[in-house]
Amino acid sequence: MSGLDSFKSLARAMFLGFRRDRRALFFTVIFPLMFLVIFAGLLGNRGASKGSIAEIGQVTVLDQAMSADPDLKQTLKVTKYTDQKKALDKVKKGDADAAVSETGGTVTVYTSQADQVKAGIARSIIDSIVQSANVAASGKQPAFTMAEPQTVDDKSLKSIQFFTPSLLGWALASAGVFGAAQTLVQWRISGLLRRLRLSPAPIPSVFGARVAVSLAVALAQMAIFVGVAKALFGLQLSHSWWMSIPLMMSGVLAFLSIGMVIGAWAKTQDSAQTVTQMIILPMAFLGGSFFPLDIAPKWLQILSYVFPLRWLNEGMLNVMARGLGPMSALPQMLVLLGIAVLFSFVGLRLFRWDNA
Amino acid sequence: MSKTIVVDELRKRYGDVNAVDGVSFEVEEGEFFGILGPNGAGKTTTLEIIEGLREADGGTVRVLGLAPWPRNSKLLPRLGVQLQGSSFFERLTAREQLQTFGSLYGVPARKADEMLETVGLTEKADTPVENLSGGQAQRLSIACALVHDPEVVFLDEPSAALDPQARRNLWDVLRAINTEGRTIVLTTHYMDEAEILCDRVAIMDGGRILEMGPPATLVRRLDAPVRISVPTGAMSIEDARALPAAEDAHDDGVSLVISTRDPSAVVGAMAAKDALDGVQIHGANLEDVFLTLTGREYRA
Repeated sequence: MSGLDSFKSLARAMFLGFRRDRRALFFTVIFPLMFLVIFAGLLGNRGASKGSIAEIGQVTVLDQAMSADPDLKQTLKVTKYTDQKKALDKVKKGDADAAVSETGGTVTVYTSQADQVKAGIARSIIDSIVQSANVAASGKQPAFTMAEPQTVDDKSLKSIQFFTPSLLGWALASAGVFGAAQTLVQWRISGLLRRLRLSPAPIPSVFGARVAVSLAVALAQMAIFVGVAKALFGLQLSHSWWMSIPLMMSGVLAFLSIGMVIGAWAKTQDSAQTVTQMIILPMAFLGGSFFPLDIAPKWLQILSYVFPLRWLNEGMLNVMARGLGPMSALPQMLVLLGIAVLFSFVGLRLFRWDNA
Repeated sequence: MSKTIVVDELRKRYGDVNAVDGVSFEVEEGEFFGILGPNGAGKTTTLEIIEGLREADGGTVRVLGLAPWPRNSKLLPRLGVQLQGSSFFERLTAREQLQTFGSLYGVPARKADEMLETVGLTEKADTPVENLSGGQAQRLSIACALVHDPEVVFLDEPSAALDPQARRNLWDVLRAINTEGRTIVLTTHYMDEAEILCDRVAIMDGGRILEMGPPATLVRRLDAPVRISVPTGAMSIEDARALPAAEDAHDDGVSLVISTRDPSAVVGAMAAKDALDGVQIHGANLEDVFLTLTGREYRA
């Protein structure tokens, strides 16, 4: 009859209920994994795409440059056309960034107004090719030379490095909020909460069991996610990745407490589910689970800090993928724990044993 | 010896409605006590207050000498409660339900199998609770209420939504646990259930107890006429009304029904006329008691 026995058997009952629920298993584990495979697998490791040039007839400087400098092939893709109109059409359509033709010693570059950046890049590449050709042709020693390029640590991430922690953040948030909200509403409606209230089981045991099961499920989610990402997509974990475990737990606590507020307020399963989805999906988008927020406008980046998921994602990215030290996840952990305390307080005030 | 349950001038309001309006009664140890009345009578609210799920606005409750409100963990292990609707853990088997509930009271896991046998659910031990029939689920509910060997058992409409066969099976189970010495308090809107199972019955409506006592006593106290019915055509209405001690006679085309407070006289006279083929004799029942008390139709 001790609190510990009640806790253990309630935790076991909740866990079995979850494990035997195919729908819950799907949405907690398989669904996010599907997203991981789709996003990381299909989008691959693309960075910005190569520039594409339509060569009209023969442009000797271009051909010489392409054969002389192997690095150029990484940035330029040259397609030859005999028909000028066809080549210009390609530029108009945006399939080529620029078209180049040469008559005598004059090189003409045709660009479209549509993408100024790409057009500018194409023009400057052609320009530098022409100028280097001039220097070579003059036979004089160039006044300036380029040293070996130095690479800088790349803070922007390869796809899998980004998607694993971010999608995992979304999966954890989903499972956390759903788990708490669903359980509370379902148990209240079925009368199980009343029945538990009539047993000598201490109330902390009931809540403690829910928290324990959610943390265990979250741990499993994380293990599966990281495992699949490593095995299939070559995810590299940074050295402080272990910090993601306490971070993940803080996140789960935060989302459980949010779920608790929803579960305390909602009167039916349907309203609990609806409100949960209304919160989770926008939060996942705006919190940076589906795409990196560096490409979002500044005001959006600032706004995203309203969402707990933003903090979780950022912390996870820091220690799992960006190679930052364990302290980099500490502020995020504290914010998440703070959210957990706040919403737990609200949830406990709103909590009802039954719908009377 | 002090009573097991003492309820004194209990009151509970919901807005303008007096759900429980000055209810008082006592239940002895080992008694099978029924609270009978239509929906909305206040039975469930009364029961919830006694169980400790709700706070009364006025009056006192004592169960086994203790107050059930606020939540009293010394009292709770001695109470067994079966609530309306089946409150089970999702996707757990019958045995697992009993094991889980049992462990909340410190009951060893093997007790689960004993309880399954008591309520006749041994073959369903490994069936998930969602796959049990209505009757089986109710029996499992009762088993979950009894798994920790409580002294006092509260049952709220235990046979609601059960077919007649399942109800009778349930009554057997309830009789058996009462025989073991447990005090049982049952609410129901089935008159026959209250008549058959209960030692004493409180008839409740509008938040008040209208009458209380053993069912047979309440019925006899009514001094209602006996109804003797034979198939139409056994005799004419005029002849029926002329029978000695016959108070009234009706014929609805199927049966001729004669009411009397001296059945021997009427039956004797009809026997002399050889008019007793297919006879049915009904006395009053609790429903008549209720009709008399409230002067209106019983709405179940």
